[in-house]
Amino acid sequence: MSKFGGSRNNKSVPGISSGSLSDIVFMLLFFFMVTTQMRETENKVIVKLPEATEAAKLERKDLSANINIGSPTRQYQAMYGTDARIQLNDSFKTIDDIRDFIASERDAMSEADRSLMTVNLRVDEDVRMGIVSDVKQELRRCSALKIMYASRKPGGDK
Amino acid sequence: MAKKTPEINSSSTADIAFLLLCYFLMTTTMGDQSGLQRRLPPIPDKETAQDQKVNRRNIVIVRINSADKLFAGNEAMDISLLKDKMKEFLSNPADSPELPEKEEKEIEGKKYMVSKGVISLQNDRGTSYQAYIAVQNELVKAVNELRDEFSMREFGRRFHLLSEDQQDIVKKVVPQNISEAEPKDTGKK
Repeated sequence: MSKFGGSRNNKSVPGISSGSLSDIVFMLLFFFMVTTQMRETENKVIVKLPEATEAAKLERKDLSANINIGSPTRQYQAMYGTDARIQLNDSFKTIDDIRDFIASERDAMSEADRSLMTVNLRVDEDVRMGIVSDVKQELRRCSALKIMYASRKPGGDK
Repeated sequence: MAKKTPEINSSSTADIAFLLLCYFLMTTTMGDQSGLQRRLPPIPDKETAQDQKVNRRNIVIVRINSADKLFAGNEAMDISLLKDKMKEFLSNPADSPELPEKEEKEIEGKKYMVSKGVISLQNDRGTSYQAYIAVQNELVKAVNELRDEFSMREFGRRFHLLSEDQQDIVKKVVPQNISEAEPKDTGKK
């Protein structure tokens, strides 16, 4: 029966040591801790970024302010409809709130970094340009001129 | 001599680590912050309305209408042709009088011919964002390819392999002059 010619009928298999399991899991844990960042806000709008082959990485992630534009997610559609809405921080806002939002984001930064602030426009690909133009005009009025059209590289996931 | 201490059962550390792992998986996101960076023009003052004086040959208007149709100059165009058209416009290889003029500029002690061309991107309120980004992407690609070509000529290496100082020079010689015009009020939403 036994392949290795063991004449002894030793049926007991040595138990697999699970001591290194925790090391493996810890390694996974550290990987995720390093490569991910805290999700600061809950997404209330659906944002499927458009594809762009020339997308460049943002160097200073901490200096960006996010503006999400898209149609509300399922649970909010009853209340807000399916038209494209603006989400700042954690709630639905209108164009007029952008000024306050930019001001508060600026205040949160140190003096030297304020001029480097990039407004990251995360806009769903099905949104019409009208609302985006309005946001851009408002940003110009707030003199937050550095913007980035968030987009993903084709082929990459999300 | 020493008292034998009973071994601590370590099989549950894996469970603890799994819990931590799940926590981080839930609360964090992958950093996917990439995109096309742009500078918006500042709101023009009333007295400085001299922007209008840009020479006709130095500007090309790229329009996307509400049906996502693309017009470059005055002709309808497919998006696949836009990049080459813009490259021709920005580099003006044959010094044609219809294409933008070039200006000799001294950058870091050397003289280069810098094109004065400006691409003006206009869109309708009904343009879809996807089409808009696709066009933006083509324009950026045109500029990036011109920069690559110039870097190969000048430094013998591609743009992204150059040192930071060299990249600055290339950026000055091949500027990214894409202007996003004020939205046209076409009335329909």
